Amino acid sequence: MKEYAYFPGCSVKGTAKAYEESLLAVFKELGIIWNELEDWNCCGATIYMSVDETISFTLSSRNMALAEKNGKDIVAPCSACYLVLKKTKDYIEKYPDLKEKIKNSLSSIGLSYSGNTIVKHPLEIFVNDMGLNEIKRHVRKPLKEMKIAPYYGCQIVRPYTDVDNPIYPEIMDSLLESIGASVVEYPVKTRCCGGSLTGTIEEVGLRLNYILIEEAIKRGANCIAVLCPLCQFNLEAYQESINKMYKSNFNMPILYFTQVMGMAFGLSKQSLGMKRSIVSAEHFYPV
Amino acid sequence: MQIKRNIKYESELDKEFIKEVASMYGGEEVYNCIQCGTCSGTCPISLYMDYTPRRIMAMIRSGFKDEVLKSFTIWLCSSCYSCTVQCPMNIKITDIMYALKRMAIEENICPRKFPIPVLAREFTKMVRNYGRINEGRLTTKLFFKSNPFKIFNYSNLGMKLFKLGRIKLMPETIKNPKEIKTLLKGLEGKK
Repeated sequence: MKEYAYFPGCSVKGTAKAYEESLLAVFKELGIIWNELEDWNCCGATIYMSVDETISFTLSSRNMALAEKNGKDIVAPCSACYLVLKKTKDYIEKYPDLKEKIKNSLSSIGLSYSGNTIVKHPLEIFVNDMGLNEIKRHVRKPLKEMKIAPYYGCQIVRPYTDVDNPIYPEIMDSLLESIGASVVEYPVKTRCCGGSLTGTIEEVGLRLNYILIEEAIKRGANCIAVLCPLCQFNLEAYQESINKMYKSNFNMPILYFTQVMGMAFGLSKQSLGMKRSIVSAEHFYPV
Repeated sequence: MQIKRNIKYESELDKEFIKEVASMYGGEEVYNCIQCGTCSGTCPISLYMDYTPRRIMAMIRSGFKDEVLKSFTIWLCSSCYSCTVQCPMNIKITDIMYALKRMAIEENICPRKFPIPVLAREFTKMVRNYGRINEGRLTTKLFFKSNPFKIFNYSNLGMKLFKLGRIKLMPETIKNPKEIKTLLKGLEGKK
């Protein structure tokens, strides 16, 4: 079995703790071997790129150099980390002068990076590497009541990756269906949640998230599945503010897709971080 | 009555602006814009922008440097990349927006008291000092430095997240935070 260097990123250790808990529980159930990338640093997210691009690339190269030192592929569950690592790889390949600069910086701390580290999202490992038939074998509890709107957010499928169609991906839909969940048609599945705008220009962020939840309800969903810490946070933590601003009455559970998988696998509530939700989803937990 | 001219003379435009943009990594294709408007149509935030992405592309080409760098548009771009993946001419519009933000920061012409550049500054500071981000501390700093009254609106949420174990008080750090400074030495200010 292949071993992965697990790069959690800052959010997965913080506000998205439940993502980490459920992801690692699912890894364990599926027999996927991982080791946390030792001494990883912040990927720089999208913010560092708007301040200094070369630095942003250098920061994420340090992580890839660390993974390379151990000869492992990286698994990055956070969309921003995933995008930034992929983008860095892409740019290093395309611009030799950038590669040279980064090489020099890395050597100042005794690291080197060849550009070959493979970066994967857990979805790719589950669906493409393991295959849905293998996943199905682990299902113990049917998810009867859940009608899920699969929300991908923006960065996981674009533009430095070939995971799936960048506008209407279906990889998570097929994964959720394979474990027995009903997935609703959700045309806004890659529409932006506002990212960090929700914390800075509230009226814009709240509106974007209002549209996402409203559409999920219209499509008959009673839960939204996400794969990015920031999407989860925006959709869940600001729901009260959205209700206030739009006089809506949303009470929509926002679960990580790994929590849904863990539920179908019959893993314990505790191991899936179910208690960390602001909008509880425990009533979906199969008995 | 004061008469004010509100269009620019050709001589007042900055013809070098497009070259500056094109010289950035990912900016090369900016010359190929056909002004089809797909970017503006697909942008989920264009309705809040002072100039839509399509207009920004046209303004870059015509040399409206001041107007572009002072615009709210560049800060509103949330980098969702929908424009980039839909652009029929393969222009990396999102990456160009990053480049414009960097120029605006370098030339110190961000809109005043706008929280987004404040967030960017605090974020980079935290990464440089610790190597990692603590979201709770970052948000508190952001509110404190841009709009302190917001802290009251969100203190409830903060408490809730704390109780749920989703924010921590201690800063997150890598083993040897000085390593980041060594790593970045010599890179700063270089494009």
